Amino acid sequence: MGKAFAVVLVIITIISTAIFIFHGQLLWLPEDISAHGHGIDHQLMETMAGSGFLFVLSQILLGIFVWQSSDRAEGWKFKTFPGGARPMVVSAIVVVGLEILALSFVGSKVWAGIYLTPPEPDSMHIDVQAGQFAFYFRYAGPDGKFGGLHPDKIDEANGNFFGLDPANDEAARDDVVVATMAIPVNRPIFLTMHSKDVIHSFYVRELRLQQDIVPGLLIPLHFTATKTGKFEIVCTQLCGLGHYEMKAYLEVMPQDKFDDWMKQQEANQ
Amino acid sequence: MSEAAAHPAVHQHTAPTGFIRKYVFSVDHKIIGLQYYGLALVAVFVGMVLSWLMRIHLGWATFAIPGLHLLSSTGAPGNVMTPEYYLSLMTMHGTIMVFFVLTNAPFSGFGNYFLPIQVGAPDMAFPRMNMMSFWVTLVAFLVLMASFFVSDGPTIAGWTVYAPLSAVGKDAGPGLAMGQNLWAVAIAIFCVGQLLGSLNFIATTLDLRTKGMSLLRLPFSTWAWFITSVIGLLAFAVLLPACVLLILDRTAGTSFFIPGGLVVSDHLQPHTGGSPLLWQHLFWFFGHPEVYIAILPAIGIVSHILPAFMRKPLLGPRVIVGCMVAIGFLSYMVWGHHMFVSGMNPFSALLFSVPTLIITIPATIATLLWIGSVYGAKLRFTSASLFCLGFISVFISGGISGFFLAQPSIDTYLHATYFVVAHFHFVMAVAAIFAIFAGTYFWMPKMIGRMMNETLGQIHFWITFVGVYCIFMPMHYLGLAGNVRRYAAFTDDFLVPLIPVHQFITIAALVTGAAQFIFLFNLIWTRFRGPKAPDNPWNATSLEWSTTSPPPFDNFGGRQLVVHHEAYEYGVAGSAGDYVMQTSPEVVKPQ
Repeated sequence: MGKAFAVVLVIITIISTAIFIFHGQLLWLPEDISAHGHGIDHQLMETMAGSGFLFVLSQILLGIFVWQSSDRAEGWKFKTFPGGARPMVVSAIVVVGLEILALSFVGSKVWAGIYLTPPEPDSMHIDVQAGQFAFYFRYAGPDGKFGGLHPDKIDEANGNFFGLDPANDEAARDDVVVATMAIPVNRPIFLTMHSKDVIHSFYVRELRLQQDIVPGLLIPLHFTATKTGKFEIVCTQLCGLGHYEMKAYLEVMPQDKFDDWMKQQEANQ
Repeated sequence: MSEAAAHPAVHQHTAPTGFIRKYVFSVDHKIIGLQYYGLALVAVFVGMVLSWLMRIHLGWATFAIPGLHLLSSTGAPGNVMTPEYYLSLMTMHGTIMVFFVLTNAPFSGFGNYFLPIQVGAPDMAFPRMNMMSFWVTLVAFLVLMASFFVSDGPTIAGWTVYAPLSAVGKDAGPGLAMGQNLWAVAIAIFCVGQLLGSLNFIATTLDLRTKGMSLLRLPFSTWAWFITSVIGLLAFAVLLPACVLLILDRTAGTSFFIPGGLVVSDHLQPHTGGSPLLWQHLFWFFGHPEVYIAILPAIGIVSHILPAFMRKPLLGPRVIVGCMVAIGFLSYMVWGHHMFVSGMNPFSALLFSVPTLIITIPATIATLLWIGSVYGAKLRFTSASLFCLGFISVFISGGISGFFLAQPSIDTYLHATYFVVAHFHFVMAVAAIFAIFAGTYFWMPKMIGRMMNETLGQIHFWITFVGVYCIFMPMHYLGLAGNVRRYAAFTDDFLVPLIPVHQFITIAALVTGAAQFIFLFNLIWTRFRGPKAPDNPWNATSLEWSTTSPPPFDNFGGRQLVVHHEAYEYGVAGSAGDYVMQTSPEVVKPQ
């Protein structure tokens, strides 16, 4: 029985590990299209290597010891692990301690690089409104100024998703409101995000970014996309019955195409 | 005037004779332990069937599940689950499993039955309070179950019921009117039961130990229940007022968790000035310790059972107790790791990350000590010991993924994906369930006086062990591919290709779930037909094996036990064989 346990354990370990490594895309990760994403991916790989090693080692060790302990002769006198508990305690503290130090040292830098640095001064500012169950995006328009937000003016039926007041607010008149977020490639982007009802979350796998959008707070986020293409922005915070369908597209385009797109949107407003 | 004044010591109670006082409104900790276990057993099968329904829907979103409309005609028109009903079932699955299974079985169930016996006491310190804690918990369960039968069904807000979704009421969606009220009331009541139970555990451990039972002679399981009750006392004392504030927001027009200017379903909400993040802080200040409320008793139970089947003590017994204390202490400093991307100050993510990573050190030490203890043992393979070994394996698998999620830079990618689902199911749910199974196969002979069937137990183990890996290991891959959790269906372009993986998981879940009926059958068969259990079937050493199976009303038949040894004198030359009971006065000679 012990040998069967050991064999099953080793098989589970090998299959689990192999599926991580030999899948078509390494570690199943999607393509990274962000300027900061390689730091996250690198951190993920490091963690995978370190903890993967510990996973395989400890499962196999458990399997070996169980195998050895399964058919002892009658009157077997138990043996204690060489050195007793001390090598276990010391190795756990040293190996895991070093791993933790290394990971948090590098990882903190990666995190700080994304969340604790200010956006580039020449960033393009896009305002994001999340609501059950859609995202809307707002560009400042030719005047470079956003109009103020008035929750009491929100009127989805008439397309006033943000609660703008163009009658009294000059800055709001040229704001461009769209349901797809278009951005120029390699241009720093600065998002300010807010929610009109419950908590939503902004998640783009390829940008390696996830950020909750909390009602009552103005949430900043900044990034630079380095590859063109069309990607999905999905909500990852449970927001109600339509949560699974709440999404928008992110279109990353060359600067000239973006300029054309923007002109067209301004004409549409 | 209370009975306590008339009878200064609890052991002077005489055994009740009427059915009601003996089995229903009983003050006997053993009956109360069995009641908790029975409640957990009902709850776990309800929770499991809910997970089946969810898994079928995730694999085949348009599949009509025969009879589902009987559960809810609006939630499953034509037997096909609606997205909101998926969320209702998901919320109920999480709530039932976390509160009524993972807290009730290993802590309240086994703890109630065995803590007094393992310290050599005739009952809990406060038997009436103990009875009240169970009945309060049962009421909480019934209130929660009632939400299945209200018009718009159970809440859809998830077991974490984040505000303002959970706070603004019916405008936010189905289930958020009466269903959400019932959830908040049920959990508030549950907290009261846990607070009463925790107080009782602490007082009993500290005050009712028999002669010679020093703290260091306590079995690991008692240590674990003791530490857990301290954690529970602090954690549930935060969740209770949090639930009360939520109820006030919902019913009394307060705005603790709701900011101003919200427009929900085209209605401007009449609230102002609250903070959604306040709910998250309060909830996770309870919620993270709750993880340890589930897993510490499991660690204690496994550490208690393994030596009996290895016929040797664990390596570093004091270190293991130290690890449990350290885990309990650290559990209060890490709640923010659930909130890395919540919108709180990103500086605090770094602060919460460090103690989270540090928790892996005591967890790793304990794991290595178990593995190192197996070295050189003479293992006896029973259902109980197999589930202990399986526990070590799944605890490793679940713990390892914690390394990823503890780092905010990786969590920003993996947060709210199936990677998290895989992590907490392995390390908290499956690991704790394995310990519950181990405890059941080990202790049921003592609890009901009959031996469980080994063949059925081992079949149950093998299907469950392979099954849980088939269910939860692939969820890591899904998470790495960015598969978002809490989705009722996968319609996004990048999610559609992942559906076959979900179908595989669903099939694995159906098979593994079916195997649990073998366990249920074994349990019921044992209760009525199982062979009589001897007093000490496993040749084990702690006090529960020094009395009859099942123990008499006062646990030891009026004897005052005297403890002479630590709890795990295995592999020594004793008069009974290779072990010396804690109560045996003989001097231990190494073999």
